[in-house]
Amino acid sequence: MKRTALAAALFTAFAAPAMAQISDNVVRIGVLTDLSGTYSDLTGAGAVYATEMAVADFIAKEKPGFKIEIVSADHQNKADIAANKAREWFESGKVDTATELVTTSVALAVMEVGKAKNKLLLINGAASTPITNEKCNDVTVHYTYDTYALANGTAKAVTKAGGKTWFFLTADYAFGHALEKDSTKVVTDNGGQVLGSVRHPFPGQDFSSFLLKAQSSGAQVIGLANAGSDTTNSIKQAAEFGISKKQSLAGLLMFITDVHALGLKTTQGMYLTDSFYWDLNDETRAWSKRYFDKMKKMPTGIQAGQYSSVYHYLSAVKAVNSDDTAKVMAQMKKTPINDFFAKNGKIRDDGRMVHDMYLAQVKTPAESTKPWDYYKIKATIPAAEAFQPLSESRCPLVKK
Amino acid sequence: MKPVIAAAGKTPTWHLFLGVALVGAIAPFVVYPTFLMKILCFALFACAFNLLLGYAGLLSFGHAAFFGGSAYVTGWLCKQVGATPELGLLAGAGFGALLGAVFGGLAIRRAGIYFSMITLGLAQLVFFLALQMKFTGGEDGLQGIPRGKLFGLVDLNDSMTMYWFVLLVFLGGLFVVYRTIHSPFGQILKAIRDNEPRAISLGYDVDRYKLLAFVISASLAGLAGSTKSLVFQLASLTDVHWHTSGQVVLMTLLGGLGTVLGPVVGAATIVGLENVLADKVGPWVMVIMGVIFVVCVLAFRRGIVGELAALRSRGGADH
Amino acid sequence: MEIFGIPSALLGSQLLVGLINGSFYAVLSLGLAIIFGLLNIINFAHGAQYMLGAFVALLASKYLGVNYWLALLLAPLTVGVLGVVIERTMLQRLRGLDHLYGLLLTFGLALILEGLFKNFFGVSGESYEAPEALSGGVDLGFMFLPLYRGFVVVAALGVCLMAWYLIERTSLGATLRAATQRPDLVQALGINVPVLITATYAVGSALAAFAGVLAAPIFQVNPVMGSNLIIVVFAVVVIGGMGSILGSIVTGLGLGLIEGLTKVVYPEASAVVIFLIMVIVLLLRPAGLFGKQA
Repeated sequence: MKRTALAAALFTAFAAPAMAQISDNVVRIGVLTDLSGTYSDLTGAGAVYATEMAVADFIAKEKPGFKIEIVSADHQNKADIAANKAREWFESGKVDTATELVTTSVALAVMEVGKAKNKLLLINGAASTPITNEKCNDVTVHYTYDTYALANGTAKAVTKAGGKTWFFLTADYAFGHALEKDSTKVVTDNGGQVLGSVRHPFPGQDFSSFLLKAQSSGAQVIGLANAGSDTTNSIKQAAEFGISKKQSLAGLLMFITDVHALGLKTTQGMYLTDSFYWDLNDETRAWSKRYFDKMKKMPTGIQAGQYSSVYHYLSAVKAVNSDDTAKVMAQMKKTPINDFFAKNGKIRDDGRMVHDMYLAQVKTPAESTKPWDYYKIKATIPAAEAFQPLSESRCPLVKK
Repeated sequence: MKPVIAAAGKTPTWHLFLGVALVGAIAPFVVYPTFLMKILCFALFACAFNLLLGYAGLLSFGHAAFFGGSAYVTGWLCKQVGATPELGLLAGAGFGALLGAVFGGLAIRRAGIYFSMITLGLAQLVFFLALQMKFTGGEDGLQGIPRGKLFGLVDLNDSMTMYWFVLLVFLGGLFVVYRTIHSPFGQILKAIRDNEPRAISLGYDVDRYKLLAFVISASLAGLAGSTKSLVFQLASLTDVHWHTSGQVVLMTLLGGLGTVLGPVVGAATIVGLENVLADKVGPWVMVIMGVIFVVCVLAFRRGIVGELAALRSRGGADH
Repeated sequence: MEIFGIPSALLGSQLLVGLINGSFYAVLSLGLAIIFGLLNIINFAHGAQYMLGAFVALLASKYLGVNYWLALLLAPLTVGVLGVVIERTMLQRLRGLDHLYGLLLTFGLALILEGLFKNFFGVSGESYEAPEALSGGVDLGFMFLPLYRGFVVVAALGVCLMAWYLIERTSLGATLRAATQRPDLVQALGINVPVLITATYAVGSALAAFAGVLAAPIFQVNPVMGSNLIIVVFAVVVIGGMGSILGSIVTGLGLGLIEGLTKVVYPEASAVVIFLIMVIVLLLRPAGLFGKQA
């Protein structure tokens, strides 16, 4: 009995993968997202499916020598659940990368765990700029978008289009504050003026009083520095109170699922910045149709970005034949990204993936000719312009 | 509140503790240690809560305030001031006691549902403060809390080392609960729970006893929260949310009110279920928790340990 | 013109909005107060029943083409029937136990209902349109008042007054009140007390559903709309005095107004001002503003 055990132990010690570069020849991708809460529609199960699509396509096209597995979990927008799960994945689950990570508090918490365990992170859903500034680290890629890009797109366009005076309706937590701060800077840089702001509890239900305050300020534009149901409720109620007649609303973070939930009648004419639109070109249409066939909803930028980031990651793993975090990260930063999701995409030293963003305006009901035909693309914001320049970065990794 | 209590068994102290310690010693070699640590923290939380509900008969719907509040205090001390973990935990327990004194002082004037509602209201105020104050980090939470070196000597970053430490803290807390229950003070609490007017007529200053029970319960709940913040190196708003207050009620109810080990079993079950289910069934977790609640209240009021104890005592024990 | 540095137009509009919110609080706390006052049960499922009412209106409109006015009747009826089922199969078994078990049971039910709807409908919520007859609004000078919101105030207050009258001024109400205090005597007088109790729970839940239908066009219909609200409504009922119908109505309206005021002066605190008031009131007037001393 003892001899067998000893033999087994010795065998394992020697057979230990000193040769194989990829630990037990399996690349495990973890999708840690909100499957049931406030953000589940704009990412959630759709992001998991997008990951599955990416893996399937990668295997079909590249025929890698290693196996690929996907695990997923619901973090319920709670930083502690997410950190716990990530820790468990990295420590005992042999997961190589944790991805998606919507909700800023979740992303920041998992970034700490990733750094401690030296595992790669692909952030798609979370938005706040501190991820690539004060809190940046070298195991994180911030892929799809961030609050700077949103502000830079929407706030800039609206100010330039004549919306000179602004009033912000802000969700009272870090994300809202970040979005308001980034947008304020953009507005003032472009010759606009911020008349004031009001913070609403997160999550909020009734915004009528805050909207009335916005109304009494007389600002031309009411900037909505919130997301999800806060945004949709604000918009709905603004329409009810006739505020939308004299003032325009700028949804600083909006997704196609929000427009779908609210309807065109309410959202028509609104500006928004998105990283992706399903109806941009043949490539996007083809991919989105595949997505739609399963999910019955058009993909949001986060879900498309999830596919793109996972595919990029797998390509890097194959290229360096390793799942070692540093090696893969170096390869990912070296290789540009040009797929249906990102044009001229590149991952910078601070972990920020910069790519073209799109400024869109919501169509009127009359202009919309088919289901999910919601956006008019007003401009493509080139990668170099869309995101915060490295010269302004507060990330210690950036050499200036 | 007059909860349905199973007949208490007459297990000698050392049986109980040896048993728990043994299980605790073997477990980390079988189950992932960080998961076990989570169970231990919530078990302590539930034991502290049970002291108040199961033994003093007071249903506090705001216990998350102590759990989460102390988590923040300890987190801040360890991160910003560089306190060593044992000092951080002491501060956390102390904060819990302090907050408990305030809550208790205000809530005990009223009885029954009013008591519960006051605790809920006060806890909401704490939630609001946690949301607004800069040092808590609001929605992001207090992140990157260092585990530090115990007594400046033992590095707690290793999972197993941390586990032993948490197990010790848990056993210590459990011991405090046990001694409190099986003491003259505990007997009077039970008397107050079962028949308050009679206790008053016997001359006991009922309010003082309730307050003391409240403070002890809050302090241990705070200790649990502080420990949790060191395990996960994170303190967040979830810890002070009323859902967490509801959760600890569920754990205690499921495990068995008024039993020593009930809350431990309840905590292990609920934390286990959550972990397992989160992967597989996502949105159904809430439904399942609700079903457990309903089933417990309707048919299973004595909880797991309570029912087991009742089965055993049908074999002839006397109470 | 400014009052304490606040433009009077803004003040007026905020108070009016506060009144609208207050009407919701009033109807919801009315249902809770009825259930507690007469059954001694704290109905934690009230928020879920409110949400259910809104969903019934939404789904009935989507799949059955039921219009708003019909929904105002259908939703309370449906939820009322559910209330009967809940009371008969579950709450009845808890009679005689400490009434905090009722709280725990209904808490569990709330989790079940919310979880189920979250599972099937996600959390983004869906739109529900106000009826044509009530769209548009009235320009009051200092603000534009959507007609629908004005209707909400009228409908809510109407229902509240009707309920109050029924309970406090009619013989049916007197019977109900008597049944709470001496069910054995009332039963001996030939009145079927258990049926009365079941009916009361059903009516209470129906009121919650009614509020839900009223709310549907204003807020997005989503599974968490109730749980966000329920804690606040509890505070309202406690402040008003747990068994007092009039107390909950008046407190609901009053707190809506105070909340509106807070939003002007110190918006971040608007989520919590009610709890502050609750603590203060309970310290100074332990039975609540209108409650009878226990």
